[in-house]
Amino acid sequence: MATAVKSKLEQFLDETVVFYGPDREILGDHRLAPRSVLEERAMAKHRDPHTTSLLRSKLEVTAEEAFYQLEQTGAAPGAKWGDLIAGIFTAEGDLAVASSGGVLLFSVVCQPVLRYVMKYWRNEPTVGVRPGDVFMSTDPRFGNIHTPDQNMFIPVFTDEGELALWVMVIVHEGENGSVEPGGMPSAAESPYMEGIRMPPVKVGENFTLRRDVVTWLQNSVRDPMLQIQDMKIRLSACLKIKERIDEIAREYSWEELVAALRWTLEDTEAEVRRRLAAWPDGTVRSTVFADSTLRENALIKIAVEARKRGDELVLDFRGTSPQFTNRSNNTVLHALKGMLAQEFLTFVWPDLPRNQAVFAPMRVVTDYGSALDCTPEAPNAQSMMTFFPAFTALQMVVPKFIYACSRRYTKILSPWYNMITTFIYGGINQYGETVGNLCADLNGMSGGARDDADGENSISPIFAAMTDLGEQEVLEEETPIVKIVPHRLMTDNCGFGKFRGGTGYQMIATVRRADAFGFMTTCVGSKFPSTYGLFGGYGAPTYPLCKVKGVNAFDKLKDLPEERWTVASIMNERPFEGARYSTHHMGMQFEIVKQGELYMIVQGAGGGYGDPLERDPDAVIKDIRDAIISESTARRIFKVAFDARTLSVDAKETERLRNEEREARKRRARPFDEFLKDWVKPAPPEGLPYYGAWDDRETIYMGSPERKAPRGQALGVTMPDPRDVRIAQLEDMLRKAGINLQE
Amino acid sequence: MRVAITEYLEIDLDAERWLCRRCGTDLGSARDNYKRGLLVYDRDPREIHQPILDPERYRFTFAPDPGWCRILEYYCPNCATQVETEYLPPGHPPTRDIELDLDDLKRRWTESK
Repeated sequence: MATAVKSKLEQFLDETVVFYGPDREILGDHRLAPRSVLEERAMAKHRDPHTTSLLRSKLEVTAEEAFYQLEQTGAAPGAKWGDLIAGIFTAEGDLAVASSGGVLLFSVVCQPVLRYVMKYWRNEPTVGVRPGDVFMSTDPRFGNIHTPDQNMFIPVFTDEGELALWVMVIVHEGENGSVEPGGMPSAAESPYMEGIRMPPVKVGENFTLRRDVVTWLQNSVRDPMLQIQDMKIRLSACLKIKERIDEIAREYSWEELVAALRWTLEDTEAEVRRRLAAWPDGTVRSTVFADSTLRENALIKIAVEARKRGDELVLDFRGTSPQFTNRSNNTVLHALKGMLAQEFLTFVWPDLPRNQAVFAPMRVVTDYGSALDCTPEAPNAQSMMTFFPAFTALQMVVPKFIYACSRRYTKILSPWYNMITTFIYGGINQYGETVGNLCADLNGMSGGARDDADGENSISPIFAAMTDLGEQEVLEEETPIVKIVPHRLMTDNCGFGKFRGGTGYQMIATVRRADAFGFMTTCVGSKFPSTYGLFGGYGAPTYPLCKVKGVNAFDKLKDLPEERWTVASIMNERPFEGARYSTHHMGMQFEIVKQGELYMIVQGAGGGYGDPLERDPDAVIKDIRDAIISESTARRIFKVAFDARTLSVDAKETERLRNEEREARKRRARPFDEFLKDWVKPAPPEGLPYYGAWDDRETIYMGSPERKAPRGQALGVTMPDPRDVRIAQLEDMLRKAGINLQE
Repeated sequence: MRVAITEYLEIDLDAERWLCRRCGTDLGSARDNYKRGLLVYDRDPREIHQPILDPERYRFTFAPDPGWCRILEYYCPNCATQVETEYLPPGHPPTRDIELDLDDLKRRWTESK
């Protein structure tokens, strides 16, 4: 080939990019961007901390105003109960100011989206970033958590035309055209079954949405009205923030505003480093397990080694289970980081400004291709099933660093309940409209016990401090879902301890006046608890999905007294003759519910704190009176003696029982080293579907003691279809029974 | 000089020893795993989280599956205070959860005094 031709060919190949995919360099780096030219210039002129504080307050109020605007006007159920955030970002894409309400988990996951636009689209002639542009994305491989979350973001320019900042809002919209209605499909076996996957796309110009793009999106989902309504509402919220920012810039100056954003970030990071430096240096570890892929039970190890030196904290998750290539429980790395940031933003330093600098001094180490850092070809709509347990692992680590600190900013806390115990729904509602979304009960997680108080019952989710459980009447008005027992606490459903974890409520749901409407449920923790105790406290129990099929409960409402409408009573007493009663793990793929059939789930409990034998006997009796624990549990776990008729404590007998139990402990237990000789096995037990490292984190197990690979080479596990597994089991039973199957 | 590390454990910085905060029992070198100074019991999780549904009828009962999950209970060998619990699959090595830099801890507490 002639040199000139070869040179032209090479130039063509260099200049012609045929495919832009996710950028791992962007996704792997959550640190603050270097100061921009504008920031350097602005910060050199403006360093008055009072002005910075004043401007930050104004911007926080602005974000807060947009938050409430979205909450009040959003069509998505998630918007109505605060499953959203509004934020102001630097020009390079770092979140500097966020609304205080809503899903702070979004705080770290939006940065890659903006970085992508700045790296790829800003100078791309066919796209560009200009005043009036409107962008949006949904694909978690470019930022965000999972596909039901839809953002919208606009650039804001100075009067001189320099890019000053970005405004973004993000809402959990729900329905997104995925293989199951509601937007969070556990049945997805590839990313392409998880609904619209939209990298950052310009969806509007001149502050106006492009109708062709909106039409494309509307025709890709089951709920086209929701799609257009909330795109408009998100844009409206962005414009409200922009309007306020323009006002602030007129009152002060663009440079003062840009300087305030950047100082806010840098001051926050400096303060976090100062606080981290006060922690003792050392290493703290924890090991947790998720017991399901949502399609089948599987024991998925998630372990963290937290190494703190000086003012940096390294969170090392190597040794975690490999990713599941055809299951949706995998996590994209920045979603893991977003969830870990929650621990610091909400539970450790809630007094700090809410921005992503809070997480900047932390470093996260993972195995690429593991369940916590999945590759682009792994589905991840239900990533919460692995990143929530990772959050719990961190919640178990932090108290062991900060207990020794002379100054803490919050109480020592046992792990919060960590699963979204709710009904995801879809189908044709009572008005003949196709809908798909989820109930607000995902926000009803129970709090962990504290070092001086019990945990709060069903109070708020781990991913957002301030959300709402929604109105039952609104749900019934919009969907055929009827909750016969919406919010009744379940007895003995708490992490026991000196202080007990919060307890959760039970839900008995069905549908009415709809023939093609159904539910999904998505939690781990039906065989192995997902939430644990601290310093001698116990964790949550396990939770099944209970079903009663072959009944129309509406015909039975008068037959069964109100007090017998509990999960335990219905399942144990079986009051509906001829009905089929069954229990399942909590990963139920979408199924049609017939009118009056019962689907029953129970909100999980927070972890307990301290030795249950140290619990104040009067608090134990109060829990009996409140039906939080049974009399049996009071005697069995807490060793409290009391008069069953009057519930008066016998203090002397309680002391005797507790001393007796302490002596029993010494008799039945063995010294640690001696215990280990019998306890520790070289590999996972035969028959236990175990995934991840066992002892040595360099060896990763993939479902059995024989199937293992060196860490870094365990790139994914492909699971068989559970229905095929079940059919094979049944066919085997038939063959053993002598029945000839015609193939 | 003693530093509280958890609700029930403290470190005597001068002697470099783990101590029980309830009874003062010496639990071993502070440079070693404190669990080595404790007693351990392998608890069937169904004894703590008892079945709420009839286990004769149902596969999932609100009680953990003992073939998947055990609770290791750690007690002070003297006062029998339950210092920690650890939920693990049967045979899984216990986690060495706390490994603080003792020299750093000494330096901090000396400086703070």
